[in-house]
Amino acid sequence: MKGPGEYFMEGNEACAEAAMRAGLGLFAGYPITPASEIMNLLCKKLPETGGRFVQLEDEIASMATITGASWTGLKTMTATSGPGFSLMQENLGYAVMTETPCVLVNIQRAGPSTGQATKPGTGDVMQARFGSHGDYEIIALSPNSVQEMYDMTIRAFDLAERYRTPVLLMADAGVGHMREKVKVPDEVKIEGRREPEPGEKEFFHTDRPDHVPPMPKFGDGYELMVTGSTHKGDGTRDTAGYETQDKLVRRLNAKINDNRKDIEDWEEFNCQGADLVVVSYGSISRPARGAVKKAREEGLEVGFFRPKTLWPSPEERMKEIGMDSSVLLVELSLRGYRMEVERCVGVDGVTVYDRINSLPTIDMIYDKIKEVLM
Amino acid sequence: MITGRDIRKKYIRNYPSAFCPGCGDGMVLNALSRAVENKDMNKDKITAVSGIGCAAWVPSPYWKVDTLHTTHGRAIPHALGVKVGNRELEVVVVAGDGDCAGIGGNHLIHAARSNLGITVLMINNGLYAMTGGQAGPTTDHGEVTLTTPFGNPAAGLDVAEVVKAAGGSHVARWTTYHMRELIKEIEHAFSTEGFSFIEILSQCPTRTGKKQGLSGVQMLEWYKENTSKDPESDKIFVGRLADETKPELSKDIYDQIRRCGGEPI
Repeated sequence: MKGPGEYFMEGNEACAEAAMRAGLGLFAGYPITPASEIMNLLCKKLPETGGRFVQLEDEIASMATITGASWTGLKTMTATSGPGFSLMQENLGYAVMTETPCVLVNIQRAGPSTGQATKPGTGDVMQARFGSHGDYEIIALSPNSVQEMYDMTIRAFDLAERYRTPVLLMADAGVGHMREKVKVPDEVKIEGRREPEPGEKEFFHTDRPDHVPPMPKFGDGYELMVTGSTHKGDGTRDTAGYETQDKLVRRLNAKINDNRKDIEDWEEFNCQGADLVVVSYGSISRPARGAVKKAREEGLEVGFFRPKTLWPSPEERMKEIGMDSSVLLVELSLRGYRMEVERCVGVDGVTVYDRINSLPTIDMIYDKIKEVLM
Repeated sequence: MITGRDIRKKYIRNYPSAFCPGCGDGMVLNALSRAVENKDMNKDKITAVSGIGCAAWVPSPYWKVDTLHTTHGRAIPHALGVKVGNRELEVVVVAGDGDCAGIGGNHLIHAARSNLGITVLMINNGLYAMTGGQAGPTTDHGEVTLTTPFGNPAAGLDVAEVVKAAGGSHVARWTTYHMRELIKEIEHAFSTEGFSFIEILSQCPTRTGKKQGLSGVQMLEWYKENTSKDPESDKIFVGRLADETKPELSKDIYDQIRRCGGEPI
């Protein structure tokens, strides 16, 4: 594991390094391009930090394994890409329902189906939000640099532990395979999960304003009942009752929604009074930012807005931006984030520059900015 | 001498039973509890993992230990996470044949291959009972079920033989007629470091019994008459199919961590 200092690293490597720094107790995975570098590194380096590495028969088992292991008190993670992400949806929903902290890294590639395994894409953004069945909310982070691969992996563990929920790191092959300078910080902050106070018996309900119940672990004599069926505060199953379903599912959703202010994160500049705001995320936000800078040098009133949390989305801020400015959404997919931006800004206020397979140049986006402003 | 009442008080959660009259699942719960009692195990260090189906209800909600009631077919990989996460824990999976060998069949094979140190009890009633009695991976050729009204066109799987071939340390088959042998076999599974798999043929009076005009007791009689401890017999073999000492997955992982200079977190 790399200590504090400056390094030249690949995005996937930064993710693996950060996970170890976060105290990763167990990694479970299945090989898939373009995410494999994460497991290729962790299998060698994780053991010396005391973490367990397991390679499974498929992504279904990987997701199940990190969920089971989390209940032994460990920080757990898996990493995959599109096809594997699809297979993980079932047990991702299970982790949401059982409030199991874990981190799922998706190095997105061009789909649908097998698509182009080495090419970047962000076509899984809506799947991240809605891919598992039933009513739920999720936290999904979007890095656009190798530094952010490091920092957001740390944050993913922090959020997962604090909110007792799976957290998705929705990177793409562009960021995962990018190489650049990374500063490994002197200290990282991870609050950790809240353990029960003596006498506390409800691990699936709380009246606390953050809606996060305490989480015990297996082997401590709690006679825990963890279930993906609808359950009461003590874990007792209730397969048909209205009140139990209503109370549980509303709290699970409120756990994310009522804590939006703490979770939401974004980068912006020059949005105030801009005629046009370029909204972009992931690797394509790099040339998009370059195009905005170029446009400003040319005297155009263009701002830049980059959601760092795709879910929950920076909804209020995007709505404000939509009041004053038109929006140009620049993304590496046809329908990645478009519906969410349109929902916040208004369908008429959004123009889209979409590109699939590879990154555009700064000039290609700059030309689009000029076209929109004409 | 511990009584049935003592066993119930110590090991069984006080919920109304969801099992049908004459079901074998309660008998497996009894056998499991008695094996733990006979071995004088610390039940705080037992985690029971299950998936979906009638058999999955044996540990959750009824067994009074830590329980993880998971998704359909995925009990074994969740159990793998628990065992590799903390190998001090005794991890038990209770699953039906559809859950374990149908939708979860791939996980079963690979857990046996890697000789993961857990105990899997597969309660085999030959069909999907909870959803109404549809054909399962173990339904025999020609058998009539809800979804094979003209007889099963596919053959049933001998799951114990598959687990043996895949490399599990300890493989056995018993029925709910053989309660004493079953309790001893579960005790042996707890003493086995590697993967233990016990197939338990069990009656479903609701789905199979009604179709065949048999009560739960008559189905137990059927097990008595149609099974044999002699492997050369034409009857269904009951007993141990495999009992070997082999490297265990979680131990190897922990050993590797220590060889790399780490100490499991």
